[in-house]
Amino acid sequence: MKVLILGLGGAVARRVALGLHERGHTVIGIDTRPWKEAPRGIEMHTVDLRKRAAEDVFRTRRPDAVVHMATVTSLRVQGEERHRINLGGTRVVFEHCRTYGVKHALFIGRHTFYGAAPDSALYHTEDEPPKELASFPELADLVAADLYASTALWRTPELATSVLRVCYTLGPSAQGTLATFLRGRRVPLVAGYDPLFQFMHEDDVASAIVLAVEKRPRGVFNVAGPQPLPLSVIVREAQRVPAPLPMAVLRQLIGRFGLPRLPPGALYHLQYPIVVDARAFQAATGFTHRYNEVQTVQSFLDAHPTPPSHREQLRHKLETLGVVKS
Amino acid sequence: MSRSEVKERLERLELPFNAYGVDPYGVSRWHLGVIYEALTFFYRHYFRVRCHGIEHVPARGRGMLVGNHSGGVAVDGMMVIASCFLEADPPRLAQGMAEKFVNAMPLASIWSSRCGQFPGLPENATRLLEEERLLLVFPEGARGTAKLYPQRYDLVDFGTGFMRLALKTRTPIIPFGFLGGGAAIPTVANLYGLGKALGMPYVPVTPYLLPLPLPVPLEIHYSEPMVFEGTGNEEDTVIQGYVEQVKARIADIIDQRRSERWREAEKP
Repeated sequence: MKVLILGLGGAVARRVALGLHERGHTVIGIDTRPWKEAPRGIEMHTVDLRKRAAEDVFRTRRPDAVVHMATVTSLRVQGEERHRINLGGTRVVFEHCRTYGVKHALFIGRHTFYGAAPDSALYHTEDEPPKELASFPELADLVAADLYASTALWRTPELATSVLRVCYTLGPSAQGTLATFLRGRRVPLVAGYDPLFQFMHEDDVASAIVLAVEKRPRGVFNVAGPQPLPLSVIVREAQRVPAPLPMAVLRQLIGRFGLPRLPPGALYHLQYPIVVDARAFQAATGFTHRYNEVQTVQSFLDAHPTPPSHREQLRHKLETLGVVKS
Repeated sequence: MSRSEVKERLERLELPFNAYGVDPYGVSRWHLGVIYEALTFFYRHYFRVRCHGIEHVPARGRGMLVGNHSGGVAVDGMMVIASCFLEADPPRLAQGMAEKFVNAMPLASIWSSRCGQFPGLPENATRLLEEERLLLVFPEGARGTAKLYPQRYDLVDFGTGFMRLALKTRTPIIPFGFLGGGAAIPTVANLYGLGKALGMPYVPVTPYLLPLPLPVPLEIHYSEPMVFEGTGNEEDTVIQGYVEQVKARIADIIDQRRSERWREAEKP
């Protein structure tokens, strides 16, 4: 099968590409970020998805399946540009799929779509609407892109569409929302709250996407692996320093003193859980995860040990300069 | 004594804890240990709870404990949870369907969820029952805890959601009567305005002002399981009829036990 992966520069997308390549599929990729060490046999096009050159790839290579992973998750990219990438890009992808006879389109979305709220069900199912979006407008474009992709199920019935809402990823690459959040030495928590976080190893996410490409399930599916863990447990096991702060204080300090930068709406995700029920995906594809929650956290820790404290860093610099002796 | 007993019973609690001592719903073995130690003290020594009919609580598999509210704060729920842990064999975790405000409050949010007490949503309840858990339901809701001292043995209207859920999931209902909570927290008024300001339905007021429970003996009486046939999509009148049967059973338990106590008191 000829598979076109959009957003091949990402860590998970690369794992998907390698997985598909290993299984004998022809893999083509598009991203503005080059992949210099791409293995032979994976065709990489360093172009913008919304430009004519990307359409040429669709027109000339005629893929059987398209995996759309070219959405921006990072909350650092804001405003018009983010909307253009996530919404405009998704629209372009489905237009090209229809025009050039693609048989199967996969949209890789996020489980945060369901929103965090104190009165939410603990396990969300696929038929639930987005909640609490008003308190987290930064997510609006991702939700809109997800819903736009979902409408392809009835707008273009000849195109098999799979919308996968994947939980947080964690692993050696330290890419993704949760991994970025845990990367620093101190991890902010909202005092008095400890939500469950659901995450999967990067390799398991890639396996799930590869399986979805091959099984071609039509519909919207939550994708999850091992059981969720309380955020405090993840922080502790990742050997980070938890910094529980009252909400009012946290709002002021976020992005300073070594704490990660987060938009105000993201703080709700530090109070209330978003956990998804992935039974429908398991039933449709037979997917089972390989890494449990313990191994997943450990893989992140092995690749990214606790960063040294400021004092240790300063001491190391002084030792390097010969000011003090070890 | 109680610490080792709690530890031993915690080991026998049949929940799928992972290597970190957490189950798929976030229930934590460590948090349960702390809370059960405290509950054991209150159950055995402070309230001297007398529990009857614990054999009616299924040892394994789904079940719905349905009872009356008694007392202005959640003493009734906590003592029922303690009785299922301390009296049942093997011990069971009764998972309450808490009011939604609990999950929004700092600290209460952590402790309620780590101890398996989740917001009272049909989705949560259905899932827990399908996972063969034991659910604790007070169909009177917040109106039940708002009863003042003179109405402490009355039952207010029952909601019908629990019955539809039991029918849909084919869950046996284990009715229970809870006695003594009204005397433990003799509520003389409820401050609804203050409650709203604090994010709660109301704040109960006792003659000594604070809603702290008095060391009054409490009683829990479990009755035989009631099994109803249906799909949960029946007409309201049918569901209401079933609900009335459960309500009547609970009222009978309370009346019977109250008359027994009177007879005991009249004996020379």
